[in-house]
Amino acid sequence: MLLLIGMGLWDERDISCKGLELARKSDVVFVEFYTSKLMGSNLERISEFLGREVVEIERSDLEENCSKIIEIAKERDVAILVPGDPMIATTHSSLVLEAKRKGVEVRIVHSASIINAVCGLTGLHNYRFGKSATVSYPYGGTLSKTPVEVIRMNRSIDAHTLLFLDLHPKPMSIGEAIGILEKADESVSELFGVGIARAGSEDPFVRCDRLKVLKNVDFGEPLHVLVVLAKTLHFMEYECLREFASAPKELEELVA
Amino acid sequence: MVRAKKMIDKIKELMWKPEQIRNMGIVAHIDHGKTTLSDNLLAGAGMISEELAGQQLYLDFDEQEKERGITINAANVSMVHEYKGKEYLINLIDTPGHVDFGGDVTRAMRAVDGVIVVVDAVEGVMPQTETVLRQALRENVKPVLFINKVDRLIRELELTPDQMQEKLMNVILEVNKLIKAMKPEKYKEWMLRVEDGSVAFGSALYKWAVSVPAMKETGVGFKEVYKYLKEDNWKELAKKSPLHKVVLDMVIRHLPSPIEAQKERIKTIWKGDINSPEGQAMVRCDPKGPVALMITKIIVDPHAGEVAVGRLFSGTIKPGMELYIVDRKRKNRVQTVGLFMGPKRVEVPEIPAGNIVAVVGLKDAVAGSTCSTLENFEPFEEIKHISEPVVTMAIEAKNPRDLPKLIEALRQLAKEDPTLHVTLNEETGEHLISGMGELHLEVKVEKLRREKGIEVITSPPIVVFRETVTTTSPVVEGKSPNRHNKFYIVVEPLPEGVIKLFKEENIDLKKADKKELRKKLVEAGLSGEEASGIVDYYEGNVLCDVTKGVQYLNETMDLIIQGFREAMSAGPLAREPCMGVKVKLVDCKLHEDAVHRGPAQVIPAVRGAIYAAMLQANPTLLEPYQKVFITVPQDMLGNVTREIQGRRGQILEMRTEGDLVTIIAKAPVKEMFGFAGAIRSATAGKAMWSVEHAGFEPVPQALLENFIMEVRKRKGLKLELPKPEDFLP
Repeated sequence: MLLLIGMGLWDERDISCKGLELARKSDVVFVEFYTSKLMGSNLERISEFLGREVVEIERSDLEENCSKIIEIAKERDVAILVPGDPMIATTHSSLVLEAKRKGVEVRIVHSASIINAVCGLTGLHNYRFGKSATVSYPYGGTLSKTPVEVIRMNRSIDAHTLLFLDLHPKPMSIGEAIGILEKADESVSELFGVGIARAGSEDPFVRCDRLKVLKNVDFGEPLHVLVVLAKTLHFMEYECLREFASAPKELEELVA
Repeated sequence: MVRAKKMIDKIKELMWKPEQIRNMGIVAHIDHGKTTLSDNLLAGAGMISEELAGQQLYLDFDEQEKERGITINAANVSMVHEYKGKEYLINLIDTPGHVDFGGDVTRAMRAVDGVIVVVDAVEGVMPQTETVLRQALRENVKPVLFINKVDRLIRELELTPDQMQEKLMNVILEVNKLIKAMKPEKYKEWMLRVEDGSVAFGSALYKWAVSVPAMKETGVGFKEVYKYLKEDNWKELAKKSPLHKVVLDMVIRHLPSPIEAQKERIKTIWKGDINSPEGQAMVRCDPKGPVALMITKIIVDPHAGEVAVGRLFSGTIKPGMELYIVDRKRKNRVQTVGLFMGPKRVEVPEIPAGNIVAVVGLKDAVAGSTCSTLENFEPFEEIKHISEPVVTMAIEAKNPRDLPKLIEALRQLAKEDPTLHVTLNEETGEHLISGMGELHLEVKVEKLRREKGIEVITSPPIVVFRETVTTTSPVVEGKSPNRHNKFYIVVEPLPEGVIKLFKEENIDLKKADKKELRKKLVEAGLSGEEASGIVDYYEGNVLCDVTKGVQYLNETMDLIIQGFREAMSAGPLAREPCMGVKVKLVDCKLHEDAVHRGPAQVIPAVRGAIYAAMLQANPTLLEPYQKVFITVPQDMLGNVTREIQGRRGQILEMRTEGDLVTIIAKAPVKEMFGFAGAIRSATAGKAMWSVEHAGFEPVPQALLENFIMEVRKRKGLKLELPKPEDFLP
């Protein structure tokens, strides 16, 4: 059996009781930090917490060489520990699909993801989010237009946009991300956004303002994500942002 | 010494009078007598003693050149000649004739404005004559003709005066035919005519020459030449009609000064705005303009280190000046400037436009660099090398401690000679040097031993194959490792006309006019759809995007090109470079989020799909061929044909002349290793022979698998033929 176990947001203790139980019982336990990172923990601490050997695997083990893992899972119980909630990262969906096709039983143990943490930390309403996108580092001078396109589309239906920030080669900061967005479309700097750092930790940091202002705010240690707000806000969202994210008074102009 | 000092003073004075300068080269087929001619011109101009010239091969000053009896490097020298009461500065470059050193000839042509084409009267126009003349004409360099070894017509072939004249006229006709074909627009002006003296006849070795204008002064014409030669009285002939005077007079009369030449040549070699101040400065050969220097050669001087030699098209270079190496985006300070007198470099305080200069201090420059006082100077057109490397050797230091020294020395060699490719295989730690032929590599390795004092071990020479396809593949689906992107690829053979077009016209896909390029590509054999969708040309292969309306494709195209290039630089059969492959991207599905279609996803997906497609398109190996020209006495013909046929060779043509026979054959380079020794012993050293590159041809089907396995074994790859599935996840 192949088990994908969500590790949650911040450290090894964010795993669910069920996840912990199943991981301890598995024949082999892998962990991957490619699709996201568990900033408050590391391989050693996870291994100690589980009380057993945990092996770190890389992108290539999950992707082009995934048949090896699937082969093991045919005979034995293989658990893969995944930061956040499994299946949010596209890589896992292809792994699960491949396993099912090869007749391997798959079980997923869910956990908290940044997708729901964002609602908790900002007070923004879950049903008001549109498509998400990733702000990636330009490669060889090519800047992806996808994030600004997604923001534009979401705003056209009055929806918020959650932007994930590239992790490779190093986690991107909110300031860097806004710089990249501005290069793709300079008009974004006037939009309102909410920056979120270290979701799930003891000291998360949340700040709402125009992107041009957020660009120069020091959000501290990673991981960071960024929400670009819809054209309008529900008055409850406004009040939460004032309270949780030190939003400026002028944000009121968005309240429908 | 006194004479040398006086000569330097004269040169210093003349280099400021561009209308009294001629920058010229001497080109010829191997053994037609270039270096002997250069030496005797130098001797005549008082640069070396007359007795020694011709035996000394003054310009072959490299130890190896003397031992091998051939010119390996293009040597530079300046001399002074008086014509009609006026003194002229002649900057001369002698170039190698052996096909392995063609790169040196190509680069030398950029520095000069005119060439003397030397042709052996007995052998006539040979393939290498054609190649070097082509190189000159391509660079818009004007030719004059010297027909050498005329005495052989009488002594060896025993021709009558009429037959002799006919033979000589035939040579001129052949050369004119080439000029007409290559430069139709200049033919009227550049056509060689006996009457106007753009052709001279003589013997470089016996130091005599005649031409029509010279005859009017000396009274020595054909009839007299015939008489003197019949009497074997060449000494008298050399006194009455001396070689250097007749030939250098011809040079001054018919080859252009830098002032005249640059008016025309700049357009050919520089693609910047001709009406800009720097463009106009070059057209006028203005010493007050910005510095525009093209480096054609890097030599290493034991005292000064690296010396960059090149042609100065505008401005004046002085020590202390800062120059931008435009193509390297670096700035270097000039330490000294000088010019050449044979092997000696003579330093001068400054050198103005129109001269061939030697500069110390340009440490970032390589052969082919553009240097200027302007940071944003448009670089000169890349110098086109006509042939590509075909032979490789593995090289390692005998003493592992010498390894860093060896790497440094190999880098240096590659910098001096752009036709030499040096690669370091990270996995095996093996260094490979690839070049134009066996001799080319031998000479470079010997140079490491002698000049750098590094003892090295080399593998026997290895031929570099090319991988290609012979039919059209089915559509192959390549998936990215994360399975979220798919690329649909078809490969098929690329029409030869397309490769020729890119090679000859040096097309830049980013800058080319779309409509015009499309037209040319369709004429060369691509379909309209492929021609409009061409996105990359790489080493004789193209990538065409024939998809319709795929979202995010423009953001991904650079990565697709990278995957294509990786596949083309090491093919599926044996990791040899590919050639003649047309890759078509017919469709693709991309994840909308850029992180899911990054380099780690796109490059392997595209590369794998191309490999799998190639394996389903009847892939094969191409191997380099050489044409071989061998002249031997009739009775040795059998020995020669045996030697050729034993090397998978094919006799193409045989020509008999007197008791000599010339055999023209074609054989794979792979089988030609060691031919020099073999032919020598087969003919008791009586064979005269030369080779030229003859392109690539498919290896015989019966040998294909053997050759693939041979290469795979050497490279440490699995010893089985790869299958399409191996490359698809």
